[in-house]
Amino acid sequence: MYTSRLAAAVVAACTLASPALAQERSHEIGTPVSAEDLKPFFSIQPGGIGLPAGSGTVAHGREVYNQRCFYCHGEKLEGNRDMAGPPLAGGRGTLASEKPLKTVESYWPQASTLFDYIWRAMPFDQPGSLTADEVYSLVAYILAEGKIVGQDVRMDAETLSKVVMPNANGFYDGSGPDLRIYRAGADK
Amino acid sequence: MTRDRLQHEQAAAAEPCPCQEGMRPSVDLGRRKLLFAGAAATAATGLIGSRAAADTKAPPGAALYDVPEDSTKVPGRGVHEDHGYGTRSQFEKEVRVKADNPSDITSWTFTPLASTIGNLTPSGLHFERHHGGIPVIDPDRHDLFLHGLVDVAKKFSVAELKRLPSVTRKYFIECSGNTLSEWSKPKGKNVQFTHGLLSTSEWTGVPFATLARAVGLKDNAAWVLAEGADAAVMTRSIPIGKMLSDALIVYGQNGEALRPEQGYPLRLVLPGFEGNTHIKWLRRLQVSDRPFMTREETSAYTDLMKDGRAKLYTLAMDAKSVITFPSGEMMLPKPGQYMIQGFAWTGRGRVHAVDISLDKGATWLPARIDNVPEPMCTVRFSFPWHWDGKPVVLQSRCTDETGYVQPTRAELIPLRGENAIYHYNAIQSWAIGADGSVSNVHI
Ligand code: HEC
Repeated sequence: MYTSRLAAAVVAACTLASPALAQERSHEIGTPVSAEDLKPFFSIQPGGIGLPAGSGTVAHGREVYNQRCFYCHGEKLEGNRDMAGPPLAGGRGTLASEKPLKTVESYWPQASTLFDYIWRAMPFDQPGSLTADEVYSLVAYILAEGKIVGQDVRMDAETLSKVVMPNANGFYDGSGPDLRIYRAGADK
Repeated sequence: MTRDRLQHEQAAAAEPCPCQEGMRPSVDLGRRKLLFAGAAATAATGLIGSRAAADTKAPPGAALYDVPEDSTKVPGRGVHEDHGYGTRSQFEKEVRVKADNPSDITSWTFTPLASTIGNLTPSGLHFERHHGGIPVIDPDRHDLFLHGLVDVAKKFSVAELKRLPSVTRKYFIECSGNTLSEWSKPKGKNVQFTHGLLSTSEWTGVPFATLARAVGLKDNAAWVLAEGADAAVMTRSIPIGKMLSDALIVYGQNGEALRPEQGYPLRLVLPGFEGNTHIKWLRRLQVSDRPFMTREETSAYTDLMKDGRAKLYTLAMDAKSVITFPSGEMMLPKPGQYMIQGFAWTGRGRVHAVDISLDKGATWLPARIDNVPEPMCTVRFSFPWHWDGKPVVLQSRCTDETGYVQPTRAELIPLRGENAIYHYNAIQSWAIGADGSVSNVHI
């Protein structure tokens, strides 16, 4: 009798519990966060989406560069192999050659990427230590050295979102299958 | 980026070895013999169980013990001497080798493919690629934020993610820079270097779909930015279709927590996609209506074609295979019967077939597939072969379940040129010389 009562209880418990177990209660998963909680994060998209307030100049950018960047990227932005720092300027017109030189100037399609990357990851030995004004200035300096903007530019969210990079049209969507592979096969 | 060289000593390929096992390059056979001799002497003086001389070091991941002459004549060591976490045998010495880059903070290591056994890569031998070093992250202070085009932005603690229904699946991860040394010339001396940015693990985690339901996706959600908590604050944009088909937020690898080098405590796994998109130390997912064009999907990880234009978002890894035995720097001691072995994989589903050619691609014969093919997972293959002692070229070719056939170099190079860096998947050729030596060739 004891056993059968236990069995009945188990059956009842299962019937009661199973709908709840089978369905995740999505609204109970995770903790809602506020805009304030998300403040430490950023990501800047083409068109300048996500750019912070602030501004910078080429002259200030040169100053910051000569303190915090030159020993890895070269005094003339030519790169420094020993420090693993890639070149940041030069290389225009080389992309279709045997020895392409890919730099911000010659290769990068978007100026927004430059702001985003410097702000998140540079300087390599002290990432995340630059102010928004310093990053605007560095962007101005690097783009001016690459003759993409003038020496007198005042870089801010608006001017940066209007910059057209020399290789802006140099990319295409490669996500699909490589169709040409299906005719190169040429069963020998 | 292409000037990587193996930093470890070249294997002593000089002396041919008597058996298949010994034909794998092994740098310090000599030291092993010495160790045996030393241990025998120690046993004779009665110092059983004492550590060997301090000048002999245990291989990474192993502890060094004296080796008795007859292991049946002395009691072995007791339980828990390892404090509860075991080590590999002191006779196993395979390690990841690192690329010769100016900074170890942004660099990579290669998996020793020729000596891994079975299909799974031991966690400690899984290849690495970091852009800002390996961070130390306390899981109790780590959250995953999910926000952007969602109804309710939320964060999830590691502990909470572990309580959610999980899935466990085997997937390979391949760096899209794997085999980048081979575009123009046969530069890699051995298979660890040519193909070692490939590893396979059993991953455990929560489908992204579960978290998507918890926050609610807006109608215009199209891309998701994944961000890591390392010094590179690594970011990649992933199409929402991929995120909702099989993306996992993993915390487990091969039955234990993720290794720090593999993203502890959380990593994004995107089955079949290029390795860089499997964001390690995952801390944030931002849903958007457009891609973010981060540095790692524009400046890097884009494929420069011959005409000077470049492909964006080449995310799926194409079908590929490689023979790991015999392979570069090995030595076949004499003509006779051998078992060709290797790996095949594809980012577009299951491996359907692997074929072997012994005549530079004129004819192909089916290899045996040694494990049941699973989606976006490596298979091992084998092929019994008699070597008659004459020079020969060995090749393998993978066909996946979509019908895609791994291309030859003659097919791939005209399509891509030699400057794409990423996504090299041409058929690999190993030449066997009349002396039994094995080397990397392009034919
Ligand atoms: C300690 C050396 C070091 C310093 C200092 C440094 N960088 Fe870098 N930088 C690097 C390395 C290394 C990389 C490549 C990182 C990688 O491999 O992912 C890099 C990459 C970059 C890139 C991307 C280049 C490309 O083509 O993809 C930019 C832009 C950049 N740095 C800007 C800066 C700026 C601006 C500063 C100064 C605020 C700076 N860096 C300071 C080492 C350094």
